[in-house]
Amino acid sequence: MKRALLLIIVGALFVLHQDFWFWRAARPLVFGFIPIGLFYHACYTVVIALVMMLLVKHAWPSELEDRVGDEAKGREGDRAVDSSPPLPIAPRRGGEQ
Amino acid sequence: MIAAIFVFTYLVIVLYIGIFAFRRSAHREEAEDYFLAGRSLGPYVFLFSLFGTNMTAFAILGSSGHAFNNGIVTFGLMASSSALIIPLSLLFIGTRIWALGKKFGFITPVQMFRDRWECSHIGTVIFVVQAAFLIPYIIIGVMGGGTALNAISGGRVPFWFGGAVVAMVVMSYVFFGGMRGTAWVNTFQTVLFLCFGAIALVVIGIGMGGFQQSAEALLALPGTSPLLTRERVSPLFFFSYTFIPLSSIAFPHITIFCLTARKMNQFKKTVILYPFCMLALWMPCVFLGVMANRMNDVPQIQQKIEARRALAAEGPGLTADERDTLREKMIADDVLLLLLERYAPIWLAGLLGAGIMAAVMASDSQILALSTMFTEDVFAFYGGKKRFGEAAQVHTGRLFIILITIVAYAVALRAPQNIFDLAVQYAFSGYAALSPLLVGALFWKRSTKWGALASTVWAALSVAAVALFQYLVPAPAPGPSVVMWSVAGIEVLSRTPGGTAVFGFMPVVPMTIISAVLLVVVSSLTSRPSASTLARYFKPGA
Repeated sequence: MKRALLLIIVGALFVLHQDFWFWRAARPLVFGFIPIGLFYHACYTVVIALVMMLLVKHAWPSELEDRVGDEAKGREGDRAVDSSPPLPIAPRRGGEQ
Repeated sequence: MIAAIFVFTYLVIVLYIGIFAFRRSAHREEAEDYFLAGRSLGPYVFLFSLFGTNMTAFAILGSSGHAFNNGIVTFGLMASSSALIIPLSLLFIGTRIWALGKKFGFITPVQMFRDRWECSHIGTVIFVVQAAFLIPYIIIGVMGGGTALNAISGGRVPFWFGGAVVAMVVMSYVFFGGMRGTAWVNTFQTVLFLCFGAIALVVIGIGMGGFQQSAEALLALPGTSPLLTRERVSPLFFFSYTFIPLSSIAFPHITIFCLTARKMNQFKKTVILYPFCMLALWMPCVFLGVMANRMNDVPQIQQKIEARRALAAEGPGLTADERDTLREKMIADDVLLLLLERYAPIWLAGLLGAGIMAAVMASDSQILALSTMFTEDVFAFYGGKKRFGEAAQVHTGRLFIILITIVAYAVALRAPQNIFDLAVQYAFSGYAALSPLLVGALFWKRSTKWGALASTVWAALSVAAVALFQYLVPAPAPGPSVVMWSVAGIEVLSRTPGGTAVFGFMPVVPMTIISAVLLVVVSSLTSRPSASTLARYFKPGA
């Protein structure tokens, strides 16, 4: 349900980008000098940031972090259970800085 | 000349940052340390560096130049659409790339494709196409550097010398500092050019006696009033542009950059703050670009406006060469610099000029990415690393950086096209058409190497076809496009004043959709990777 709602919000955001309603209008000039079409897109950009905040809070792919953590533990533990074929590249070296 | 001194001082600072990064590197002979900064970047370096990497010369020079000729539509075309698509792609694709890189040790996207789809030479084909699309992007940096230094010095520094200086500085700090140096320089540059936008807006606003009078004056004239609306472009063209930011995550330097974060949490700040960064940089540049049309007393600006008028009024009666000459005169990538020269005190113009240099020098990440791809996807993959060792691999990467810089510089000296068009028509559209590869690899179990090959070959051929079409059919004068092919009264293929239209859309739309369709159809007809490979990429039952 939450995912569907977020999907609808993102879809709506995409539709709102195609603002044909201000297509040929320059007035009103917001603050006396910003054409309405430009002001709309500036506000739209701020709304995007707010939606991103929502997505980070409610749609963050935390399972990816868990999987990376599990893999790391697996590699450090019993290597006999790791049945993955050898990778075509060199394994990672060194730690984090 | 004082302004040029400021800019040269700035160039020395970024050079020092690169060398400082080299000295700070504890494992400078290791590929992962040189090419990925040891996967150790913190949240703010990650945000600012990623943003700076995405913003090339067109972000400041191209955007204001585009806005000068096309109006406020520039912001909606590139800035607000990117502010939506890029954070979304970082959130859903970038984090997955990071996790796979951490899990399997990938350094380049081709390494991931080779492993995910169990292929080798198809990976090489993807590398070749990615590299071919990346080179124009690098050329933009050199061209932007030449243009900016030429304008900042009042024409005293010729284009060829300015381009050479910028190319040398970028090459040097990438050569020494690798990803760490590049990320630090990008962070410094991003902070500079974000400050630049706000300061330039205030200084020029005061110089012009406030924007209110200028906006009203532009609205009063029939020739300039459309610049304050979006009537110069069609809604279909506007919609088409939302496909362009799909290219961002498919650019190898961005994919590679996703691997440099220390933790996945570092994507959070980037995803949220990216739209604000877009607003802070693009809004002043686009607005000032439009307002520059009021500067009738500056001869260079007057010349551009006259060329635009002549093209609109007399264009249909002119030859293709004459129209091209007028289009050359209309190129307005220097309007922001001309505004600064006119309204900012000389010392401030110098500081702001350094901010502009920061934006035009964003080709560093592309140069490094190309070098990373060559050493990992070709040199190491075909046995060079095994035979000569890891230190030789890093040396090869550094040598490649020198070679690619020389090639980019040589091409930049001969490429006459507008910075903005060059980037959009070749690099951006090509990478947008490659974006289904990432989506297929990360989200669709059934995708195969043959589907990926079909998609890649299509992307390459379609970019070449558009380039050839535009070369063979000269651009018409502003107004109706030239219909080359229509079916039952519907325009299928047209040559527009600004490029090409397919069913009224920019070519990027059919290019991306057909690329996705090819990936799906060809994958469905060919055998999928082994179960063991799929098990490493997808949870059981996913």
